[in-house]
Amino acid sequence: MWMFIGRRAVATIPVMLVVAFVVFMILRLSPGDPATVIAGDYASPADIARIRAQLGLDQPIALQFINWIGRLLRGDLGISIFSNLPVTTLIGQRLEPTFMLSLVTVVFSVLVAVPLGAVAAWKSGTWVDRSVMVFAVAGFSVPVFVLGYFMVWGFSLELKWLPVQGYKSPSDGLWLFFRHIALPAGALSAFYIALVARITRASVLEVLEEDYIRTARAKGQIESKVLLVHALRNASVPIVTVIGLGIAALIGGVVITESVFNIPGLGRLVVDAILKRDYPIIQGLILFFSLLYIVLNLLIDIAYTMLDPRIRY
Amino acid sequence: MTDQTTSAGSRRLSGPWSLLAGHPIGIVGAIVLIVVVLAAVLAPLLWTSDPIALNPVNRLKHPSELFWLGTDMYGRDVWSRVVYGARVSLTVGVSAAALSVVLGLVIGMVAGYFRWLDGVVMRVMDGLMAIPGILLAIALVSLSGASIVTVIIAITIPEIPRVVRLVRSVVLSVREEPYVEAAISVATPVTKILRKHILPNTIPPLIVQATYVCASAMLTESFLSFLGAGTPPEVPSWGNMMAEGRLFFPLAPWIVLFPGVALAMTILAVNVLGDALRDKLDPKLARRL
Repeated sequence: MWMFIGRRAVATIPVMLVVAFVVFMILRLSPGDPATVIAGDYASPADIARIRAQLGLDQPIALQFINWIGRLLRGDLGISIFSNLPVTTLIGQRLEPTFMLSLVTVVFSVLVAVPLGAVAAWKSGTWVDRSVMVFAVAGFSVPVFVLGYFMVWGFSLELKWLPVQGYKSPSDGLWLFFRHIALPAGALSAFYIALVARITRASVLEVLEEDYIRTARAKGQIESKVLLVHALRNASVPIVTVIGLGIAALIGGVVITESVFNIPGLGRLVVDAILKRDYPIIQGLILFFSLLYIVLNLLIDIAYTMLDPRIRY
Repeated sequence: MTDQTTSAGSRRLSGPWSLLAGHPIGIVGAIVLIVVVLAAVLAPLLWTSDPIALNPVNRLKHPSELFWLGTDMYGRDVWSRVVYGARVSLTVGVSAAALSVVLGLVIGMVAGYFRWLDGVVMRVMDGLMAIPGILLAIALVSLSGASIVTVIIAITIPEIPRVVRLVRSVVLSVREEPYVEAAISVATPVTKILRKHILPNTIPPLIVQATYVCASAMLTESFLSFLGAGTPPEVPSWGNMMAEGRLFFPLAPWIVLFPGVALAMTILAVNVLGDALRDKLDPKLARRL
């Protein structure tokens, strides 16, 4: 077990290096001199030289890369050009809203999607199944901001049930927190519910054809127990995988959703940084999100061995 | 048995429609898509006015007989802009799908066939997949300047790894087939093996994949434009229209909602068509999903 975890963790190192290299090169490959772009139209040559030195752009490119990796390993993501604060501090300040939004979305989506997918598989071929599948395709297709605006229009502007935008921390009161997070998490969930419901249906459908399901039914096991204990448990590996792979799409969705609902999270931070060309923040956040994705998928791989004792590496 | 009779019957249908026989939802998707394509091509004939010209006298008019979908904060007709917006979305979707399929096909065939390259290429693809596609795309666009071409390139790059993985998996399974072994044993040139024996096997799943890439590219384009890092603001793309209309949303929700409906419907139609094609062309995958 520990051997496997160790080997799997080592295997992520080349992937992380590729990510770091791509993120590093994005800045270097952009046409024009980044320092000039950052300095703006009215900068003096001295300003440009200062920014270039600050970014380390006056050094050879290989040296820049090695220095940068060295700083990354020490947990130093650089300093924001505009606010002059360390990128890690900025990430720390903005982490909570993004974490809460993602957490509420994932929990809500899984709670809705797994039963939905399981029932669709159980009733496969009926109208229940077909409506779940149609809903799933729609969930893939409606952009999160389109859904978000429709929900704001319906629930906030017309019905006046929920606030139009903003974020409240759970420490401001749970009721207030949920009122503010309901619409963004709801809009963001559509895609995730679609993804998880689809894969749940497919894997439960596959498991339901297995011999042990027939055996369970033959010995008179009640149907709900067949579905929950025998089928769903054995279908859990692909479901957990897709929850992990979906994190990448979720991160993209979070960025958009935070813009729609004006939530002061990491998504707003990165979009503002991109529009202002605050390179250290852009690099730092893309790297942060990518590492998050790699680590989460590593944890999920480890979770497999616990969910399914047949998997041995 | 029934499967055989329907497929025999469907062969009598002409051309690509036979692919959709017995798939009513797929046919609906195809029809919606044809309508969108026609709207894009025939935009000037569809009772539209200039989608870009400002007309401050008609600011923020409600949908009416004169302005079917209302007007925006600069007095531009929302109907005209929605119709012209189809051009942008389709151009981006189709170009990104074509580009990523071609590049992914080449990289995937090379990675799958030449074992010594496989490890390196796939690690690079894993790395690219770990970077959230939208972030990579916005970073690429904002750093290299907004134009439709940069948007297409920026959307294509994060889509390539998925195509590469698909092609590689097909190549890996096909290269073990006896007819490929036979071809190798009679010293057939590698390029000929790749072209005549391996390429044809990758086509059906690639057609399916291309529709998904197309849908996802249109989605990403709208995200980019919405965030202000996509097509230049003067281009009437659906994402741009929604981004500009946001500030006036409580006052004039139609500026945001109608392009949203057009966008969602188009993407839905492409996805539904993709599902229908997948059921026909790639039954193995269809059973898994």
